[in-house]
Amino acid sequence: MALKQRSVFSQILASVLVNAIYAMQNYPIMFINTLLSPISILIVIVFVSHGALIGIGIEGALIMTAVMSGVSIQGDLSHLKNDLKLQDMVVTSPTSAPVYVAGMGLSEIVFSIPVLILLTILAAIYIHPTAIQALTIIAVMALMFLFSTALGFFLSTLTTDVLQSWGFSGIVTVLLSTIPPVYYPITYIPLPFRYIAYISPTTYAAQIAQASMNYIAIDPIALFVDWVIVILVCIVLLVVGYRKARWREP
Amino acid sequence: MLSSNNRKEGIRMDGLTVKKISKTYDGKKYALRDVTLSFPEKGILAIIGRNGAGKTTLIRILSTELMPTKGSAMINGIDVIADPVKARNLMAIVPQEARAIPWMNPRQQVLSYLLYRGFPYNEASSRASAALKSLGLEENAKKLSRMLSGGTKRKILVATVLASEAKIIFLDEPTTGLDPISRKELWELLNKLKNDYLIVLTTHYLEEAEYLADKIVIIEDGRLVAEGSMEELRKRAGQEYSVRVMDATNIKLPKGVRASKIEKGYQILTNQKEAFALSNMLMKKKMKFSTNPVSLEDLFYYFAKRSINEDTEESGEGEWH
Ligand SMILES: Nc1ncnc2c1ncn2[C@@H]1O[C@H](COP(=O)(O)OP(=O)(O)O)[C@@H](O)[C@H]1O
Ligand SMILES: [Mg+2]
Repeated sequence: MALKQRSVFSQILASVLVNAIYAMQNYPIMFINTLLSPISILIVIVFVSHGALIGIGIEGALIMTAVMSGVSIQGDLSHLKNDLKLQDMVVTSPTSAPVYVAGMGLSEIVFSIPVLILLTILAAIYIHPTAIQALTIIAVMALMFLFSTALGFFLSTLTTDVLQSWGFSGIVTVLLSTIPPVYYPITYIPLPFRYIAYISPTTYAAQIAQASMNYIAIDPIALFVDWVIVILVCIVLLVVGYRKARWREP
Repeated sequence: MLSSNNRKEGIRMDGLTVKKISKTYDGKKYALRDVTLSFPEKGILAIIGRNGAGKTTLIRILSTELMPTKGSAMINGIDVIADPVKARNLMAIVPQEARAIPWMNPRQQVLSYLLYRGFPYNEASSRASAALKSLGLEENAKKLSRMLSGGTKRKILVATVLASEAKIIFLDEPTTGLDPISRKELWELLNKLKNDYLIVLTTHYLEEAEYLADKIVIIEDGRLVAEGSMEELRKRAGQEYSVRVMDATNIKLPKGVRASKIEKGYQILTNQKEAFALSNMLMKKKMKFSTNPVSLEDLFYYFAKRSINEDTEESGEGEWH
């Protein structure tokens, strides 16, 4: 009866089952939804550029998939917390906040597996990255995923209902995905407006990915600064998410 | 040092000890004020009170979801406020507005919760099946929750926490919105568990507390106004009969007899002799009234409602007409 060793693996699996596997099993339509948004932007970019931006576009779609996983975690966590009160049940259980969020984060990745597979195939066909280049893109995606997941968790703990959460995720989506030049080079944006794009961490992430494939030319110092900013933003959000997160409410 | 202090102050190491818990959300209005109570290791503790009385606030503090503004709480020797991580290993909650997850079936609901508690997958799986079976839910085990009735969904949430190893269970209004039959079924279930669990439940159905509870705590406007078993509450009130007058016009009462406002009139709790005399008088006046043995509802009104004795006392000269 008494449980000697509690399994963290089980606790992470629980979130993956609840938020990804069971959801996809019972609502298959959600599958199509995750594919739709990054692919449709990619198609538009390719058509408008007459095929010239296909490489940057695929990279952009990969980065956006990582960022949007983090954005959807906010909506999902908020729904599970405010409407279904699952989070209250988990708070009063041996699962800790970091384990809960890690599991939910993983569930978003599992949800994105179809689109990641599709984009990986496209990348293999159209951009032929070397091992180093592939690792660079994966590292940038991982950092963006961690950043947006921490942000999503932080915001979800501030919301008290889902409507409010939609408001937050609308703003975050615009800031992280509409404004920044992820699917095309930043030089496409005329100068005074370019500075607005620098608000978003995704701009720097995209720049690293684009430079690594030599789609854009950028001097080494600027590239270094890009890395520093992306890593720093990620660390800051992880710390804020961890410390300010309201697991037990004040 | 700590334990010797505890002994001196009479804090029990088993069961629940709440000391002077206060909570304010905004720094102005207090949702709980100096709530102190204790309860043994096993049995059902019912917290009753109107909407907004502070029941959920108290239960959320005890289940480590909410920080109190002041005060302490111990469960089985563990400090719930200072050491929530340890406390969480022992407890489980069904929150007031918890819902079965609509895209999951009952089996998936129970199974995933057991995984959150840290059970290895195989053990979680067999425990989930056993729990659903013992609650007679196996025929619904594979149906999506959104297709099930409200009563069944509630039962699934209770089954979810009962399938776990936790022996301290918080149920915040477990039967609100249930039809009478589902409610009775849940009562039977909880009654069977009494001997093995510490169950803290809130309700505004007084008959529920009367039927289930080993101890009843009445909260009114954030204050604990009475606690004890039904018998103790009756004794504390010092009354055996309840006379309820369904008429707002004042009647003269003898000195020392207290009347309290109720919805459409007032209520007098008194001893047998006075209750009969009062009934005779009301009958002669052709007023609408009822006379019954004291119920928890009466006691609730007695403890919770402000007395209007002052109003009647002025006119009352001890003469009943
Ligand atoms: N999160 C909150 N923020 C501010 N006030 C709250 C919050 N939760 C409850 N309250 C207030 O605290 C009081 C007690 O509420 P609650 O504990 O939910 O009562 P009950 O469960 O007995 O209906 C109410 O006045 C309510 O408005
Ligand atoms: Mg409540």
